[in-house]
Amino acid sequence: MLKKAFLLLAFLALFSTAFPSGAAAEQPLTFGLLLVGPYNDHGWSQAHYDGGKYVEKKVPGAKMIYIDKVNPADRPGVTIPQLVDDMVEKGARLIIANSDDMKDGTREAARQHPDVYFLHISGDDVLSGKAPSNLSNLMGKMEYTKMMAGFAAALTTRTGKIGYLGPLINEETRRLAASAYLGAKYAWETVLKKKPEDLKFQVTWIGFWFNIPGVTSDPTQVAQNFFNTGYDVVLSGIDTTEALTVAGQKKKEGKNVWGVPYDYIGACQGSPDVCLGVPYFNWGPAYIPFVKAAMSKTWKQEWLWLGPDWKDINNPDTSIVGFVPGAALPAGVKPALDQFVKDLGSGAANLFKGPLNYQDGTVFVKAGETAGDKQIWHMEQLLQGMDGSSSAKK
Amino acid sequence: MASDDPAVHPIIRPPVRDVLLTAVAVLVFTSLLLIVSGAPPLDAYYHLFQGSLGSWVKFAHVVKVWIPLTLCACGLLFTFRIGLWNIGVEGQVMMGSVFTTWALRAGSDSPDMGAVFIAISLAAAALGGAIWAAIAGFLKTKGGVNEIFAGLGLNFVAQGIVLWLIFGPWKQPGVASMSGTETFPAALWLNAPALLRIPPVALVLVAAALAATGLILHTTWIGLDLKAVGRNPGAAFLYGLKPSRLMVLAMLFAGGFAGLAGNLQVTGVYHRLIPAISSNYGYLALLVVMLANYNIWLVAPVALFFACLNVGSIQLPMMLQLDSSLGGVIQGALVLATLGMHGWRQARSTQAEGRAAPGSA
Repeated sequence: MLKKAFLLLAFLALFSTAFPSGAAAEQPLTFGLLLVGPYNDHGWSQAHYDGGKYVEKKVPGAKMIYIDKVNPADRPGVTIPQLVDDMVEKGARLIIANSDDMKDGTREAARQHPDVYFLHISGDDVLSGKAPSNLSNLMGKMEYTKMMAGFAAALTTRTGKIGYLGPLINEETRRLAASAYLGAKYAWETVLKKKPEDLKFQVTWIGFWFNIPGVTSDPTQVAQNFFNTGYDVVLSGIDTTEALTVAGQKKKEGKNVWGVPYDYIGACQGSPDVCLGVPYFNWGPAYIPFVKAAMSKTWKQEWLWLGPDWKDINNPDTSIVGFVPGAALPAGVKPALDQFVKDLGSGAANLFKGPLNYQDGTVFVKAGETAGDKQIWHMEQLLQGMDGSSSAKK
Repeated sequence: MASDDPAVHPIIRPPVRDVLLTAVAVLVFTSLLLIVSGAPPLDAYYHLFQGSLGSWVKFAHVVKVWIPLTLCACGLLFTFRIGLWNIGVEGQVMMGSVFTTWALRAGSDSPDMGAVFIAISLAAAALGGAIWAAIAGFLKTKGGVNEIFAGLGLNFVAQGIVLWLIFGPWKQPGVASMSGTETFPAALWLNAPALLRIPPVALVLVAAALAATGLILHTTWIGLDLKAVGRNPGAAFLYGLKPSRLMVLAMLFAGGFAGLAGNLQVTGVYHRLIPAISSNYGYLALLVVMLANYNIWLVAPVALFFACLNVGSIQLPMMLQLDSSLGGVIQGALVLATLGMHGWRQARSTQAEGRAAPGSA
C-alpha cells in the first residue's frame, strides 16, 4: 500500500516536472538568439533581431533573449557552446544561431543539449547528415531578390560596369553573387537588347561577413575602388552597409553612382538618394513554425529553404525574402522591374535554366534543363561572364 | 625567505590596508563609470558574479579561460624574473596554435590515432612558442633589440602567419573565409567528460606548469641565476653567470608555456585555427602577473579572478544592454591602481628615509 502510494507520488512528481503548467499543447517558451553582428547593424543581424521581435509580438508566451557581436574578433575567447549553456540556464528551450560562422559551435552545443532545440540559419548540417535530430536549418531564397537587385542595377548603370562587394567565398555567397549576375544579364540582353560581352560584372571579396580591421579587406576601400574605376553601381553582399554609404559620399562629390545594400528592409535609409532598392530577409514569419514546434514539442528536423510569397513578395506576414525599390531607382526602370518580378513568380523568367557554364567553362546546367535546389545550393564556382575569384587563390 | 621577490621590483609586502584601498578605489571608479553610462552598479556586479560563479557549467567555462591564462602567466614569471618584458607572449600563443594545427592536420586522416597526434601537437606547440620566444631572445642578446619592440613586431608577424595560413594553404576546400580552418574531427579534440566539462589533460597540464614553475624558480640554480641577472646584470657577470644565455633560457620557458596555451585553444576550445585564436590571453597574462606582484602563489587566484571577469562580462550586454568591455576596464584599472600604489609607497618610503637621515645623500 505504502509502496503504491509512493509510486503514485513519484509518478505525479515526474509528470509535474515534465509538464510544469499542466498539459497545455503550447507552453511559454524562451528562445535565445545569437547574432554574429551588432543587433542594429542595418543589415543581416538586425533583420534577425527584428524577426525575433516579430515572434514575441505574434506568438503569445514567446520571449526572446539575445546576444549580439558573437564572433571571435568582437568577443575574444567567447564560444558558441558557452553562450548556449548560459541561455539554457536562463530558460531558453530554442536557440537560433544566425551565422554560417556558428555552424560548428552550434552543432557542438546541440549535441551537449539534446533536450533543447536548435535552428541554424543558412547552414546545411541537416542536408549533410551531420546534424543531431534537435538541430534544423532555415534559409530564404534570396537568389530571387538578388536577381531583382542585379536587374535594377543593369537597367540603371551608365558605364555597364557593376561591382559586387562580396563577403567570404563559399557556396552561399557564390550562388547569391551569381544570382545578381543572372538578373543583370537578363536585363542587359532581354530588356536593353545589348551584347552580353559589354556588361562587366566584377565580384570582389573581403574575406568575412563584415569588416574586421587587420583581418579582412576594408569594404569601404573596396567600394571606393569600384567607384573610382568606373563602376557606377555597387551591390552589397556583406552584412553591413558600407557600399551604400560610400555611394552616398561619391554622390555628394558629384559622381553619378548608385548602391544596393542587402539583408535589412530599412537599409536604404542611410543614403536614400543613391539606393536602387534592397533585397532583404524577413525572418519573423519563418521563425514562427519553429517556435511553435518547440512550444508544443512537435519538433521535426528540417532543412528549409523558403521562397518568397509570389503573391506579394513584400508581405511582412508571409514572405521570407523581399525587395523594396529605393528612392533612387530611375522612374523608367520601375515598370520593367515590376514585370520582371511577375515573370519570376510565374516562371516566365527562369534564370537558372541552362545552358549555364561555370567560370572555367565547365557545365553548370545543361541546355534545356533547370537547376534543382541542391544544385543551386552547392554551386561550385561563379558563372561564366563574371569576374572575380570562385574560391581562394591557389 | 625572500624567494618570492621579483627581480624587477624591490621587495614589496603590501600591507592589507593598501590592498583594500586599491580595491575600493577600483570599485568606486567602475561604479562611477557605470552610473555615468546609466547602469545600476550593483546589478552589474551581481551579473558579473552570477555569470562566472553562478553554476558549475559557468565555473567550468571560467576554468577553461583560467587554464591558458595561468599557463602564460607561469611562463612570464621566468622572463619577469630576469627583468625581461616579454610582450611577445601573445605571438608565442599564436605560434603554439599554428604548430598545433600543423600537427593535427597530419592526423586528420587517422582518427583512431587521435591521442597520439594530440600528444605530438602538445610537444609541437611548446616548440613553436619556444622558437618564437627565442627569436625575441636572440634579437635582444645578439642584436641589442629591446625585447618589447621585438615582441610587438613578432606578434604582428605571428598574426600575419595565422591569417595567411587560414586564407591560403590551410583554407577549407572551396571556401575562402577568414572564419577559420576546417574543424578537426572530434577524435582530435581534447576529451572533456560531459559532467566535468573541462578536459582533464588541460587540468593536469596547468597543475604541472604551476608546480614546475614554482620548483624551478625557487629551488634550482636556474631560479637563483635568473634572479641574480635580473637584479644586476653587470654584477652577475662577475660571478661567472652568462646573462645572454639565461635570458634566452627564460624566453624558452615563457614561449613553451605560451605555446601550450595556444595548443589548448585549438584542441580544447575552438577545434580549429581562427584569426583570434590567442583571445588576447597573452596580454592579459602580463596584467595578471603584474597584479600578482610576480608571486607564483598569487598568480593562480589572480588569473582566476580575471577569468571570472572575462566570462562573467558577457552578462552585461545580455542582461543590462551594456558593453562587455567593462570586464576589461576593471582588469586594467586594478593593475594601474596597484602599480600606482606601489609607486606611491616607494616614493613615500624614500621620502621618509630622506627625512630620517638628512645629509646622508
